[in-house]
Amino acid sequence: MIAEVGHLALILAFVLALVQTVVLFWGAWRGDSAVMAMGRAAALLQLAFVALAFGCIAWGYASLDFSMLLVASHSNVDQPLAYRLAATWGSHEGSMVLWTLILALHGGALAVFGRSLRETFLARVMAVQGLLGAAFLGFSLFTSNPFQRLFPAPLQGAELNPLLQDPGLVTHPPLLYLGYVGFSTAFSFAIAALIEGRVDAAWARWVRPWVLAAWIALTLGISLGSHWAYYELGWGGWWFWDPVENASLMPWLLGTALLHSALVLEKRGALISWTLLLAILTFSLSLIGTFLVRSGVLTSVHAFAVDAARGSYVLAFTVLATGGGLALYAWRAPAMRTGALFGPVSKEAGITLNNLFLAAATATVFLGTFYPVFVDIMSDNAISVGPPYYNITFTPLILPLLLLVGFGPILHWKRDQWREVLGRLGWALALGALALVACLIAFGPGRVMAALGIGLGVWLIASSAVPLLRRWRLERRDWGTSGRLIRTTPLAIWAVALAHMGVGVTTVGVTAMSIFETNHVQRMAPGDTVQFAGRTITMDSLEPFVGPNYRADRAVFSVTGPLGAREMVSERRFYPNSQNQTTEAAIAGNVLGNLYISVGENDGIGHVTVRIWDHPFVGWIWGGAVLMALGGLVSLSDRRLRLGAPSRKMKETAA
Amino acid sequence: MKRLAALTTALSLMAGPALAVLPEEQLKDPALEARARDLSKEIRCVVCQNQTIDDSDAPLAADLRVIVRERLLAGDTDQEVIDYLVARYGTFVLLKPPVGVDTLVLWLGPLAAVLLGGVGVAFYWRSRARASTEAVRPLDNDEKARLAALLKETPPS
Amino acid sequence: MRRLAFIAPVVVFLGIAVALFIGLGRDPKILPSMLIDKPLPAFDLPDARPGTVDRGLASTDFTGEPMLLNVFGSWCVSCRVEHPMLLRLSQEGVPVHGLNWKDPGDAGARWLADLGDPYSRIGYDPTGRTGIDLGVTGAPETFVIDKRGIVRYRHVGPITPDVWDETLAPLMARLRAEA
Repeated sequence: MIAEVGHLALILAFVLALVQTVVLFWGAWRGDSAVMAMGRAAALLQLAFVALAFGCIAWGYASLDFSMLLVASHSNVDQPLAYRLAATWGSHEGSMVLWTLILALHGGALAVFGRSLRETFLARVMAVQGLLGAAFLGFSLFTSNPFQRLFPAPLQGAELNPLLQDPGLVTHPPLLYLGYVGFSTAFSFAIAALIEGRVDAAWARWVRPWVLAAWIALTLGISLGSHWAYYELGWGGWWFWDPVENASLMPWLLGTALLHSALVLEKRGALISWTLLLAILTFSLSLIGTFLVRSGVLTSVHAFAVDAARGSYVLAFTVLATGGGLALYAWRAPAMRTGALFGPVSKEAGITLNNLFLAAATATVFLGTFYPVFVDIMSDNAISVGPPYYNITFTPLILPLLLLVGFGPILHWKRDQWREVLGRLGWALALGALALVACLIAFGPGRVMAALGIGLGVWLIASSAVPLLRRWRLERRDWGTSGRLIRTTPLAIWAVALAHMGVGVTTVGVTAMSIFETNHVQRMAPGDTVQFAGRTITMDSLEPFVGPNYRADRAVFSVTGPLGAREMVSERRFYPNSQNQTTEAAIAGNVLGNLYISVGENDGIGHVTVRIWDHPFVGWIWGGAVLMALGGLVSLSDRRLRLGAPSRKMKETAA
Repeated sequence: MKRLAALTTALSLMAGPALAVLPEEQLKDPALEARARDLSKEIRCVVCQNQTIDDSDAPLAADLRVIVRERLLAGDTDQEVIDYLVARYGTFVLLKPPVGVDTLVLWLGPLAAVLLGGVGVAFYWRSRARASTEAVRPLDNDEKARLAALLKETPPS
Repeated sequence: MRRLAFIAPVVVFLGIAVALFIGLGRDPKILPSMLIDKPLPAFDLPDARPGTVDRGLASTDFTGEPMLLNVFGSWCVSCRVEHPMLLRLSQEGVPVHGLNWKDPGDAGARWLADLGDPYSRIGYDPTGRTGIDLGVTGAPETFVIDKRGIVRYRHVGPITPDVWDETLAPLMARLRAEA
């Protein structure tokens, strides 16, 4: 019953999405307010039905309705409730409904919060959203129906893969989708602007909060995924340049460029065509990412639905949306010129260069990800593109970018002087250079990359504090004034400082992990001891253990080191329902790094393979990402940004 | 179901530690073992979904790890070990794609992207600068005459 | 010139899209064999079956007429699926040799005793080294070798009647007709 209700809700939502699109385009063309209001209502109604469909899937999981094929495939009686519910998006079909739900949520938010936008413009934006929604609902209905029945209904379902039974599953996909789908609003804004033939600072002001929200979600989603892989997979890896990981990195890189480009557009009216192009391409990359995961075109550890039929649909839709958008861009954008000028040393110039490097980095990741496909169709050979390629091509693009990032916030708009810039940043540059030299001395000239990475990280952290410190005029030692200045610092300035500092923190973490990670492997039995990375590790016991839906070999270790003693537990688990083996690693550490212990195969005579890693500064990788997201959130909370649109009084005079 | 099986297989193949080399596989000579590890990190496990033979628990990966060490013990250079594996499994097994005619775009693309972008930006700045100097260049005689005519027509407001 | 810069994105994108559409039809996991049009790497393996005399497999055995080399193991589920087909082929007179790949002890021999033995000669490869020399990634795989010992084709996966009728049988006929 629930499944049928959900199915019907999905069908209704599909129809409503189509109605929304047609009605809003028509209403905007005719300038008919009543029709446009109808279209907005359709968007809200569509949201309601998609939410209902999503709720039906969740209910199916919660109530263990095994007559639903989806539930039977991913859930069973022994599975904890939280993971049964999270399985709602743990499958391909369910995750597409989540996609659509978030798309509809954005459409609904536009209907409610977009009132201060020009009515015809809002109508066109929502019409494009409706079209996107219809495409995804069609995808669900025609190729990936989550409400398929299973006859006869089994008494017990299959199990959700134990690797996915983790708090990370609850948060990682929704965050990622909030990011991917969030960029759809920027896309819709861009298409609407191209249709209308005009873009101005007000447009950028409207777009920016949406882009920021999507970017924050994507930042958190990617770093959460990385952190989840680190502790869940039992191998201490945090990035593999896997095609699906790349699929999330590309929209993030371009989304960062979009964010900064929109800033320039809002403040100075420049970089119009750039911003439009970025808005279209960022969402296209989200779509291409969706295609990648579900089409089987590339092998990946993440690959969801390996199905060429589904892949064709997504690809066709991606081509139509992106191709249509880019064609519209080619036709209309040349007429949208900007008059804003800026000198070669200016914030606009800095952001232009910033975008150049981000775009080149995105192109590099794209090339590496898709090149095997191109080779495959053009020759008999097959090639692989893995981490060695990206280390050689991606890293050299990021390094100059990181250097630039430090300069950005302190540059003046329109026109600035080199000497003055260096004067403002002098001490931060000196700190960075000092760190670089110190590392070269400490680690030797062979470790140039380590020195560069850490030097850049220190430079970024120091330079991001400069705008704050300059503002507070601490050198005057007038504490009263400084105190007041600190309290009245606009949130936007805090936001930039936090975000850029986060980039520096992540840089330090990545450098440390990439270059200074060490490991050791050996067979151990209870009582054995090993010395590693300045610590003494003793295996206290090795015993069988039974969990709610698994059996395990459980090893307890005592670890003594410079920071005291602790106990660490690692398990090698076997899940009988799904015949899966996983490793639960023991991780202990602090801000300076982690010790990571992982037990492997039992040889049957009392020994297990024990693998131990030293992970210096690994937490900084994700800590930096959290700082970046925090900076974004602080920026969003700045009321000047959130209210986004011009005040009602101005709107009346403009109309 | 098939898709779930694919996902499950993929994830379970991943569930082993990324340091799948067993203690008994390791070579006694640390320098040779370090070479073996470095090489293994560049060799793809061909039956896995995107893992190196250093990371993977798969039996074939274990075989290849042992073979890499055997070849090193036999005195092969790093390149010879790589060639040995490529002769059997093709360039697919290399995580660092070979540099050749068919991978020119791959290897030169990133640099080309930056250069092209840089050229584009330079052109853009040039045209902006030209437009600005155009705008502030003093009026020529034609424009002066037109200005005078306009001023005469329009009464000051 | 400026117009060109605006048109470039959509053109580049369409090119990529075409490539991806074509790529959709292919399975990225099927590796092309490195042995195509090359002679078999040299090997000389004993028989896996106890009690038989001089029925091991060497690379020099592949001469005179086109033959199949089938890689199998008792642990391999798809090989069980393929097995009746191989029995049928051997009854029809198609020369099929086997490589008993990564099977410890006599597991392979016992498996054949249970299910039937379609192979003329079998090479016993418990360590899997010969398989690696052949670029084998799993079982079952079948190589088609011509009368001069040159590998002409590799099929990954079980040989189904369709695969035989559409691909392998015509290929074998062509190879037999060659000089």
